[in-house]
Amino acid sequence: MQELITRIKELLADKTVDRAIGWRAGDLGYNPEPAYFNSVEDMDNFVYDGFCGANLSKMMIEAAKLEGKTLVCLKPCDTYSFNQLIKEHRVDREKTYIIGVGCKGKLDPRKLEELGIRGVTTVKGAELEGDCETLKFDTVYGEKECAYSDLMLERCHVCKGKEHKVFDEVIGESKDTSTGDRFDEVAAIEAMSPEEKFAFFQAELSKCIRCNACRNACPACSCRKCVFDSNKFDSAQKANTVSFEEKMFHIIRAFHVAGRCTDCGECSRVCPQGIPLHLFNRKFIKDINEFYGEYQAGEDTESKAPLTNFTFDDVEPSIVGERG
Amino acid sequence: MPINNEEFRPKIVAFCCNWCSYAGADLAGSSRLAYPADVKIIRVPCSCRVNPMFILRAFEKGADGVIMCGCHPGDCHYSTGNYYARRRMTLLFSMLDYIGVEQGRTRVEWVSAAEGVKFSTTMNEFVEKIRSLGKNVRLEDLRCRN
Repeated sequence: MQELITRIKELLADKTVDRAIGWRAGDLGYNPEPAYFNSVEDMDNFVYDGFCGANLSKMMIEAAKLEGKTLVCLKPCDTYSFNQLIKEHRVDREKTYIIGVGCKGKLDPRKLEELGIRGVTTVKGAELEGDCETLKFDTVYGEKECAYSDLMLERCHVCKGKEHKVFDEVIGESKDTSTGDRFDEVAAIEAMSPEEKFAFFQAELSKCIRCNACRNACPACSCRKCVFDSNKFDSAQKANTVSFEEKMFHIIRAFHVAGRCTDCGECSRVCPQGIPLHLFNRKFIKDINEFYGEYQAGEDTESKAPLTNFTFDDVEPSIVGERG
Repeated sequence: MPINNEEFRPKIVAFCCNWCSYAGADLAGSSRLAYPADVKIIRVPCSCRVNPMFILRAFEKGADGVIMCGCHPGDCHYSTGNYYARRRMTLLFSMLDYIGVEQGRTRVEWVSAAEGVKFSTTMNEFVEKIRSLGKNVRLEDLRCRN
């Protein structure tokens, strides 16, 4: 982390960049928040550790409108989102200085509760030095310890890879954290009966409070005017008296990012209700891969998105029924 | 004659493209080919005009089945509209299946302006299918029922 801070200070001091976007320490040891750093002095509370899960690429949409160059710290998975934004002409690569930061898997503070760790005062072991095997906590109830991977976000267990797709320089080491296939969960749901599927999604989606956090955090949701802000859209103007709105909202949201979603997992990470929203996006990615050939959004800045493209012999929609 | 209120009359929404399927429906009518009155046709300029939201909205408002008809691939009035529609609908139907909505409730059929017979048989089949599936309870909005 020290190397990263020194380098950013250097770049700010010699005016290579006018500002930097990174993470600032929060009030607790495990809740850093995205922030702008406009000067070398600002950099005092800069932090980069295992809890810095936020994808900063979306902040570049606003930063691209500012004068001068902006430095942004991107993790390997964030660079896919940034590439996708370049493709959609939402960010300006010329006005961006990308530092690819190393990633050893990001941590989910909400899992602390599940592990029975409460009243945390300080965290040790999340500084991304060495192998990142164990985390130690000082809590008001005494010292606690857990494995680093136990606290890791779901998306990091099925990581797409630790290679930065777009960067000016890379600082920090990465470690492979992938232990499974990202489509396993989707395949498990596909194998259920329609009744079970419906019950599963009904239970998950009924938790939705329509806070729009998933939309606001999603780097693919970058429309200036969003369909969900329209007062003609039913769910925007009425209290959720039945569960239809959530289904409509989540299907349409997933559909709007289908073929553009890089599977960065921000939607699930930010959901205050813990709804596994990535299951929708991954279903679309899985279908696109199966029907129209392997496609990873954000892999490059040239290829055509699957839904803005077609071939003469695409599968017919009836395949959904035939597949069984 | 006593009226049997028990009989289930499904509500079917059919999105038909202006250039092929709507004309196909017209031909079915002028050829005196019968298809159930449960089918409500909505004319769209092209099958590509059908936003996935239209389909969800139809279900919300109480439709029991939604069918989309367009020109045969390759025959689109706007050259390529139905190719895009085909990809969209494939993904949407797959998603509806994924969240547990019965597969038979959605369908895409390509009907040309000359295929009055196909239009009528498709609609008869589809209405039969929805009758067997029964009322749509999974994607309806109770406030829209009366």
